[in-house]
Amino acid sequence: MFCLAVPRQFGKTNNPKKGMGMENIIEAREVRFHYRNEFEENAVQKPVKEILKGINLDIKKGEFVAILGHNGSGKSTIAKHFNAVLLPCGGTVYVEGIDTKDEARLFDIRQRVGMVFQNPDNQIVATIVEEDVAFALENLGVEPDEMRQRVDDALKAVGMYEYREHAPHQLSGGQKQRVAIAGIIAMRPNCIVLDEPTAMLDPKGRREVLKTIRELNRNYGITIILITHYMDEAAKADRVVVMDDGRIIFDDVPREVFSHVEELKAVGLDVPQVTELAYELKKNGLEIDGHIITEEECIEALIRILQN
Amino acid sequence: MLKDITIGQYFPGKSFVHRLDPRFKIIITAFYITLLFSAKEMIGLFAGIVYLVAAFLVSGIPFKMMLKGLKPIVPIIIFTSILNLFFIDGIVVFRLWILKITDEGIKMSVFMVIRIICLIAGTSLLTYTTSPIALTDAIERLFSPLKKLKVPVHELAMMMTIALRFIPTLIEETDKIMSAQKARGADLETGGLMQRAKALVPILIPLFVSAFRRAEELALAMECRCYHGGEGRTRLRQLKSGWADYVSLGITLFFLDAVVAINCFF
Repeated sequence: MFCLAVPRQFGKTNNPKKGMGMENIIEAREVRFHYRNEFEENAVQKPVKEILKGINLDIKKGEFVAILGHNGSGKSTIAKHFNAVLLPCGGTVYVEGIDTKDEARLFDIRQRVGMVFQNPDNQIVATIVEEDVAFALENLGVEPDEMRQRVDDALKAVGMYEYREHAPHQLSGGQKQRVAIAGIIAMRPNCIVLDEPTAMLDPKGRREVLKTIRELNRNYGITIILITHYMDEAAKADRVVVMDDGRIIFDDVPREVFSHVEELKAVGLDVPQVTELAYELKKNGLEIDGHIITEEECIEALIRILQN
Repeated sequence: MLKDITIGQYFPGKSFVHRLDPRFKIIITAFYITLLFSAKEMIGLFAGIVYLVAAFLVSGIPFKMMLKGLKPIVPIIIFTSILNLFFIDGIVVFRLWILKITDEGIKMSVFMVIRIICLIAGTSLLTYTTSPIALTDAIERLFSPLKKLKVPVHELAMMMTIALRFIPTLIEETDKIMSAQKARGADLETGGLMQRAKALVPILIPLFVSAFRRAEELALAMECRCYHGGEGRTRLRQLKSGWADYVSLGITLFFLDAVVAINCFF
C-alpha cells in the first residue's frame, strides 16, 4: 500500500509554552478490539471483524491531537477506550499510568479523561443548565460549597455563565455543546476526548465550540483529543493522527500529514482546500511549498510566485 | 404548533408561597387534604375555604388560573352532586316520579361539591407555585427513608427529571417527523377516528426508534460522568427550610386542629 509509519517528530509537537513535561497522559499499547456477538455465546467461533488492529498511540500532557478517519475507520472506537467505556480485547490502555481494565479505579479514570459526544441534546441530563454542569460532581459526592465554585468556574470557562439558569431547550446547538463541555470540565479532567462535537452544529456553533476547545487547551493546559472529519479543524491541532481500517496510517504535525495528498485521498479523506490548491499547482510545475495549511500561507506563497 | 404545550402548571413568581421549601409545601398540602376530609360540618369546611382563599391571595396566582384548573373536573362535580342529591335519605322536599330530593341530600351534595373544589384548588396551588424540578427534588428527599425498604426513590426521581428534560426535545422531534411525513404525502388531518389513529403509526414508530437511540446515548454520557446511582450523591441545590416554612406549617396545623375541635363540639 503506502507508507504506514511516518517517523514521529515529538520535538515539533511538544509545545513549550504550556510548561508541561514529556509525560504521557494516555498510552495505548497494541490495542485490538472487536465486538462480541452476545447472542451466539456458544456458537462456532466465526471470524470476527476486528475494528482496531493493534493501535499504538501516546498522547502527551497538554497536547491538542486531532484524530481523522472516514466512517468505520475505528476512530470513535479508539476514543472510547481512552476512558474505559470500551475495554481492549487485546493490548492495554493506560490513563496516567492506570490500566483501564482496573475496575476499582474506573471513576478515577473517567474523572481524568472526560468525554463529549456528537449530539448535545443527548448528553444533557438536567432541566437547568447549572444543574447539568453539576451532574458529574453530584455523582462524585463533592461538597455543595465546592460544587458551586466549580460549576461557576466551568460555566465561565466556556462562556455560558449568563445562561446558568436557562433550560437546555432554550439554547442553540453550539451553546448546548458548550454546556456539555462545561459539564465535563467541572470534573477538572486532565484530558477531554471530543467525539465529533461539531458534526451536528451550524457554522456559528462550530466556531463557538472550536474556540472554546482551543482556549481550554491553551489557557488551562487541558489535553484535547478531537475526533473529527473536518480537515480545517484538524489543521489547527498540534498533531494529527489519521486512521484507516483499524490502523494508524499517519501520526505527525498537520503540515506533514496533509502533504500526503494522494494517500489521504486514497483512504477517503480530504485535505484542506489551500493544501490541495498548492498540491495541484506544484503538480503542474509551479514552484510552491507543498506544506501549506492555512489561507494566509497560501496567499503569501501565491503573491511570491506572481511577483517573480 | 406542538410547542405551545406547557409542561406542568407552574406559574412562575416570587411570592411568599413560591419561596417556601417544596418539602414543606408537600407536607402542608397533605395536611390540608386531611383537613378537608376530617371536616364533618359546614363550619369546618368553611375554615378550609378561608384557608384556601388566604393562600391564593398570598401566592398572587390569578383567580382565573384557579378556575381554569377546575374546568377538567366539572363532570365529576356534576356527577357527584347528582348522586348525593338523589340517593341520600332524609325529609323529602321534592318528588318527581321515582326521583326524590331530600334536605339531607341537598346539604350533602353542596358539602361534597365544596370539598372537591377545595381539594383540587388546594393541590393545584402546590403545582402552580412549585416548579416540576423542585417538586421532584422534594419528593426524592421526603421519601428517602423508604430507601431502607428497598424502594428505588432516587431512581424514580431521576426518571422524572429525565422525562421532564426530554419532553421539549421529543415534542420538537415529533413536529419534525410530522412535517417529514406530511412532505411525503401522509394525511394526518382528515378521516374518521380509525383512519387518524392509523395515520399516527408512521409518526410514532420513528419517534420511538429515535427515543431509544437517545436513551442509549444519554446512558453512555451519564456513565462518562461517573453516574452510579444514588449512593454517595451530593446535590448542588440544597433545600433550606426557614422560619417561614415552620410558621406556614404551624398555621396549617392550627386550622386542622380547629376543624377537629369543631367536629367535637358541634
